[in-house]
Amino acid sequence: MATEHINVSYVADLARLKLSEEEREVFQRQLDAILGHAESLAALDVTGIEPTSYPAPVYDVMREDEPRPSLPQEAVLANAPDKAQEQIRVPKVIAEA
Amino acid sequence: MSLSQSTISALRKRLQAGEISAVDIVEDLAAAIAAKDGEIGAYLSLDLESARAMATAADLSLPLGGIPIAIKDNINVTGQPCTCGSRFLASGYTAPYDAAVTERLRAAGAVFLGRTNMDEFAMGSATENSALQTTRNPHDLSRIPGGSSGGSAAAVAANLAIAALGSDTGGSIRQPASHCGVVGLKPSYGRVSRYGLVAFASSLDQIGPMTKTVEDAAILLQAIAGNDFRDSTCLNVPTPDYSEELDKGVAGMRLGIPREYFGEGIDSAVRTQVNASIKRLESAGAEIVEISLPHTEHAVATYYIIAPAEASSNLSRFDGIRYGKRADSPADLADLYQRSREEGFGPEVKRRIILGTYVLSSGYYDAYYSRAQKVRTLIRRDFEDAFTKVDAILTPVAPAPARKIGEFADDPLHEYLSDICTLAPNLAGLCAISVPAGTVSSSEGTELPVGLQILAPHMAEATLLRVAKAAEITL
Repeated sequence: MATEHINVSYVADLARLKLSEEEREVFQRQLDAILGHAESLAALDVTGIEPTSYPAPVYDVMREDEPRPSLPQEAVLANAPDKAQEQIRVPKVIAEA
Repeated sequence: MSLSQSTISALRKRLQAGEISAVDIVEDLAAAIAAKDGEIGAYLSLDLESARAMATAADLSLPLGGIPIAIKDNINVTGQPCTCGSRFLASGYTAPYDAAVTERLRAAGAVFLGRTNMDEFAMGSATENSALQTTRNPHDLSRIPGGSSGGSAAAVAANLAIAALGSDTGGSIRQPASHCGVVGLKPSYGRVSRYGLVAFASSLDQIGPMTKTVEDAAILLQAIAGNDFRDSTCLNVPTPDYSEELDKGVAGMRLGIPREYFGEGIDSAVRTQVNASIKRLESAGAEIVEISLPHTEHAVATYYIIAPAEASSNLSRFDGIRYGKRADSPADLADLYQRSREEGFGPEVKRRIILGTYVLSSGYYDAYYSRAQKVRTLIRRDFEDAFTKVDAILTPVAPAPARKIGEFADDPLHEYLSDICTLAPNLAGLCAISVPAGTVSSSEGTELPVGLQILAPHMAEATLLRVAKAAEITL
């Protein structure tokens, strides 16, 4: 049996994905193969190498702090799956005491 | 030749001479789409009424005045859908604003024709990961158009668009351009604003042109390039006039051939065509120099750690609250998140979100994500070293011509490995282009296009286009 690199159920939960049992099994096999390939990076000596986050030299870009209009409320609410009283409606977040 | 078969540069001349109207072009494309897009499936949506109105009102003196452009379905255009090829956004999102490139195209007088199919959230190399539609290669309908900008590539190749925009995170403009026999340019990181492009991997994504000629790619890049305060990674540098150096040729230029890109995994027929292109550029006066990019073999592993990591973060916005899919009758907020995402996303997107979440999670961050960022530095340095010796680099785009639809459906690692030639330029932020390099015959007797990839240093699009033009005219 191939090495198990990843606990798919646990990570899917972290990512707020509810997988079916069939999906979990398929992803387990596929992700183990992909992570197995990624092990090749472990053989490289990266001591003292700076990480690259962005390929272009962009740091602390500043601009004038000027007010500008944002999207109108109705334009934003138009896409909301559920709304009431000019707000986006969601299920109750706070449990009963 | 019908108007739909024509190019931006040719149509511009005819429009300005008063021989044709912008509406004539829209009508000819509408007829071509009605006749052919049923079998090709390049477009997810069309807005022909709006296109006719834009064409009627177009200022023909502008750089793209009256020219219809197809737009990949991950770029926001006010009032249009922007599905990203996903059920999540197809079930309820209309763009409330314009992307920066959309604004620039409007300002340049372009006409918006319709929205092209793509792999879901641009994750894929075949457009088979679109949750909404199958797109077929116009050169062989049993085969993929490539991806993720497969709809844009197929539309341009089948003369269902004059030109199109795509986006490229690891080859998503160049590989479908190669498979469909069109020109596809990925600009340098920071050349074009990403504002209003639905983010996949923010340190890798760029929007770019997909066209019938290199000259058209230069014209379209000219229109969309330039600084934008809403994307802090979009560089505040002047945009050169890309028409200036286009016809200068390659005489005296040094072009590098990296041996790592011509190894065992490359189909021999592809290698033959790419080598023939290289020979023609040599005959046109370029000096061909063998070079080495020693960390090439690590590009796939590096990319498939960094890109999913960024994607897992970017796609956390698709939570079922503000737009798009929301699961019915959620038990509580966590159930709403989990089921909206489970029902809204397809398998490739889930796979990459899980992979990305894993490599960023506590205990694995250093071993995977942090290490991959350091290897990214090594890959970037390979190119920096190479560009001290050569002006541009020539490679294949894809290891093989377009495969059959449905092959390798259950083998994502195999698909990822086939991206080997196109990933490193995104990791390094270079500009890169695919130009047609001939065709190879399939076993069924169809002729499948093959592309030549040209790479140039960061922000050296003028050099890139000059070499590409030389490759185009010597074909």
